[in-house]
Amino acid sequence: MKNSENNGIRFDLQIIASWIEPGSRVLGLGCGEGDLLYFLKKNKQVEETGIEIKESRVEKCIEKGISVLQGDINEEILDYPDNSFDYVILSQTLQQVYEPEQLIKSMLRIGNKGIVSFPNFCHWKIRAQLLVSGYVPITKELPYEWHNTPNIRVLSIKDFRKFSGEVGFRICKEAAISVQNNKQGRDVTFFPNLFATYGIFQIGARGD
Amino acid sequence: MSEYIEHDKAGVSVGVVEKKFYTFAEPPDKLLLENGNNLGPVTLAYETYGTLNPEKTNAILVLHALSGDSHAAGYYSKEDPKPGWWDIMVGPGKGIDTDKYFVVCSNIIGGCMGSTGPSSINPKTGEPYGFDFPVVTIGDMVKAQKVLIDHLGITKLLSVIGGSIGGMQALEWSVRYPERIVSAIPLATTTRHSALSIAFNEVARQAIMSDPNWNKGDYYFGENPDLGLAVARMIGHITYLSDESMRRKFGRRLQGKDNFSFDFGADFQIESYLRYQGNKFVDRFDANSFLYITRASDYFDLEKQHGEGSIVKAFSRTNVKFLVVSFTSDWLYPTYQSKEMVKAMKKNGLDVSFCEIKAECGHDAFLMPIERLSNLVQGFLKGVYEE
Repeated sequence: MKNSENNGIRFDLQIIASWIEPGSRVLGLGCGEGDLLYFLKKNKQVEETGIEIKESRVEKCIEKGISVLQGDINEEILDYPDNSFDYVILSQTLQQVYEPEQLIKSMLRIGNKGIVSFPNFCHWKIRAQLLVSGYVPITKELPYEWHNTPNIRVLSIKDFRKFSGEVGFRICKEAAISVQNNKQGRDVTFFPNLFATYGIFQIGARGD
Repeated sequence: MSEYIEHDKAGVSVGVVEKKFYTFAEPPDKLLLENGNNLGPVTLAYETYGTLNPEKTNAILVLHALSGDSHAAGYYSKEDPKPGWWDIMVGPGKGIDTDKYFVVCSNIIGGCMGSTGPSSINPKTGEPYGFDFPVVTIGDMVKAQKVLIDHLGITKLLSVIGGSIGGMQALEWSVRYPERIVSAIPLATTTRHSALSIAFNEVARQAIMSDPNWNKGDYYFGENPDLGLAVARMIGHITYLSDESMRRKFGRRLQGKDNFSFDFGADFQIESYLRYQGNKFVDRFDANSFLYITRASDYFDLEKQHGEGSIVKAFSRTNVKFLVVSFTSDWLYPTYQSKEMVKAMKKNGLDVSFCEIKAECGHDAFLMPIERLSNLVQGFLKGVYEE
């Protein structure tokens, strides 16, 4: 998926979409206006459900014909029986989650595979800003000031790998990407923790 | 539900419509009711809008609440001053688009708007049933609607939609006849009444039954229990509003005066409003119907009736797609009640969407011109229709 600009969805979402088997059951946590789920429904014939807290975004999802529940992902996820989904996606939301370990365990309880993506806080531009400016870094991926950011956690690609060992889940696939604009980007294989703007992981329970 | 009947702002309408009647369950083939009684013949008043497609896959059943009727949209004549009760939702290009869908709206049994109810003639006596009318349930209402849908030749409804008691009917359809519907849209409703809801209904019923004119339900040849019915309606209106909407709409403002009159007339605007609503209601509604329909809503208990006490088990009987909508200021059926049904649907792996719409107008929000509600209904129906 290098330099891809097809499909009309964001580059990181294109990577996630490429990992989804056609016809599978997909839950999108914090699904926003449902762009990824809509793409998956149209192109991969998935059975989709999204969870989104904001009423106006829920409206956009339903207008697209996406099934969506308005609510808090940490609470809504508890209602599902084990193995309700093939994939549970947490796209660019992990950095906003209060209890990541609980949430990831729930994801792997109700889903066969989890997919997690987040902005990489150890990208070289962030490191350089910290070193040079003395202010908390502001980037395209993390565009907020310290006082208005919803991102209560910062983590790097290396942090997430370490986290997988501590919590006890398995990394099945991973992609480190650098995104130029919304729709275009590239895989980063050379020092990803330094040069990738986003990390994307497919995870499973240990022993899967 | 109140009457928020208003003209569509853009002047769009299904136009002139006609109330129709269908009579069935002629003796001896009477309709078996939940309480073991039989009722027959049964007449349902209904209206239809739009055109049924050749494949008969575009039919939607609209279900009305306590004081509604079959007249959901359009006008009875060119001179008719008022459109149907959900004209803002049902019509060309609207939430329920009559250019695309064939819409059926049926009055409920027990009602007084053309369907068989306590004010109908009992064939045994030749006089109105009064309190000889059997106590009917939401299940019975839905059972009768299904006969109408059979009669119209529709094997599978694209959707059933309703708010409040109409939402109860939508839920009942979904577990009673899941094979006959593709989807259900319960709005501002509950799977069973809370003690609070029963309490309001009970006070309203007591107001009617303590009116001397009520005469144990036998008043059709004398004076109607108008006072009792008006008070019942006033109580209803309190439950349809909210603290916030009353504060905004009325506050403590006085009606047409600057000072208290130091008597018990309608000094406050809210008093005047409630009296007006109560008095207006008695002209069009039968007190016994009010008793029977509120009773049916109190008895409604999806868990007990279909799930042996378990809401999860109740929804295991269905496989239809749901859109559940609640409103933030609805204190009659608060959001937690919608969330409970959504939770049970999730536990059954059902395809469900849920939205809590921020609205200050209380329970009646589902009848108000809220663009978001129209968009949700329109988008959901489109998705279901295209699948």
